[in-house]
Amino acid sequence: MLAESNKQLEVLNGGVFANGELPYFKDKIAKTGHFPLRPRKLEILQINVGYMCNQVCEHCHVDAGPDRKEIMTRETMSLCLDIVRTTGAHTLDLTGGAPEMNPDFRWFVEEAAKAGIKDFIVRSNLTIIRANKKYHDLPEFFKKHNVHVISSMPHYTRGKTDKQRGDGVFDKSIKALQELNAIGYGIPNSPLRLDLVYNPSGAFLPGDQAAMERDFKKALKEDFKIDFHNLFAITNLPISRFLDYLIASGNYEDYMYALVEAYNPAAVENVMCTNTLSIGWDGWIYDCDFNQMLGLKVASKIQHIRDYNETVLNDRNIIISQHCYGCTAGAGSSCQGSVV
Amino acid sequence: MANSYYDPADLRKFGNITEWSEELGNRFFEYYGKVFEEGALSAREKSLIALAVAHVVKCPYCIDAYTKDGLQRGITKEEMMEAVHAGAAIESGATLVHGVQMMNKYNKLSM
Ligand code: SF4
Ligand code: SF4
Repeated sequence: MLAESNKQLEVLNGGVFANGELPYFKDKIAKTGHFPLRPRKLEILQINVGYMCNQVCEHCHVDAGPDRKEIMTRETMSLCLDIVRTTGAHTLDLTGGAPEMNPDFRWFVEEAAKAGIKDFIVRSNLTIIRANKKYHDLPEFFKKHNVHVISSMPHYTRGKTDKQRGDGVFDKSIKALQELNAIGYGIPNSPLRLDLVYNPSGAFLPGDQAAMERDFKKALKEDFKIDFHNLFAITNLPISRFLDYLIASGNYEDYMYALVEAYNPAAVENVMCTNTLSIGWDGWIYDCDFNQMLGLKVASKIQHIRDYNETVLNDRNIIISQHCYGCTAGAGSSCQGSVV
Repeated sequence: MANSYYDPADLRKFGNITEWSEELGNRFFEYYGKVFEEGALSAREKSLIALAVAHVVKCPYCIDAYTKDGLQRGITKEEMMEAVHAGAAIESGATLVHGVQMMNKYNKLSM
């Protein structure tokens, strides 16, 4: 595994980019006047509350698992809430690991409501709900606090899902979705939001989000009577394990060509780093989740949330590299799907 | 020069055909793009038809392209293989139906 981010960046800066076959991301966005990439007003805080997870997916970006000890503390969570209060950010987006396994998860949800968060997103792997007795009541807890649930669903068929996420994951996910439906989540017009995330299980780009959503809705409804609100089609960025996979399978060059070919200048305007900050479990600040995985802290004097200062942080250039092409391909890609 | 007739990297250069005949090339690509848009048939259905035809005309570039296109659209491998069979069935049927011509000729020439 190209664990060290330096090695990954070397790959992303070398090869077809170094020899001029493909343009550097920086040069590409400079053509439309988007370089340097700068943040706008902060709207979303994406927070990684720790690497503990009930699953051990082969392609997990953070290598999450039951034995990981990296867990966000209550103090750090409080600092995140301070940012919400001072900046007026309206969305908290929790990732992990399984965010629900953080011992202070429920406390955080309750405090966030008091801090006036409009949209509290939990990226739930769904299987956690069935993993252990102490999580069985999660759907009710979510409902009580109007938590917005977003879950990964690699495909609406068992084979493809289990291949990406492990045997039995599909059936457990289906059960969890049915449970969420039963208490009102994902039902048309219900305020209890349940969205699904689709990302390709291989070296290809996601298809049109609206068409994929239609197919998912039809199949999940017909086969399992499941409802959900939106499907977010997310492009796999060439970093971490996915980058390893691309290289090992001989798909790296073709994939980069496909990303560059699908470059959409309209998507650059809305890449998520322009209105989002990503916070690591230990409080370090990153431009986005991907830069966090690459270990690239923000290019600012302020790099940790204990020193947070909106004005100073906003006056920074976002760190970009060739992985950013993943955010600007086709209709664009963010943690909430297409951006154009 | 590549030392084989087909080089997978050539698929990326498909667009270059306009360089030697701009108007015809552009018209072709415009037509091509239009054909595969959503219409009376969905883009998904057309992708499967394209995959079947790609096999019948045995174009390795098209097979690569429409396998990937199918994956992007969430088409399953079972659906893809059935499409290939549909193409193969028509192709073998087209051969076999000529057996009737053979039978006609045989009968005509025989006493
Ligand atoms: S469920 Fe998510 S966080 Fe957990 S191991 Fe799988 S990919 Fe990683
Ligand atoms: S990878 Fe991160 S920094 Fe690059 S464009 Fe996407 S969100 Fe922005």
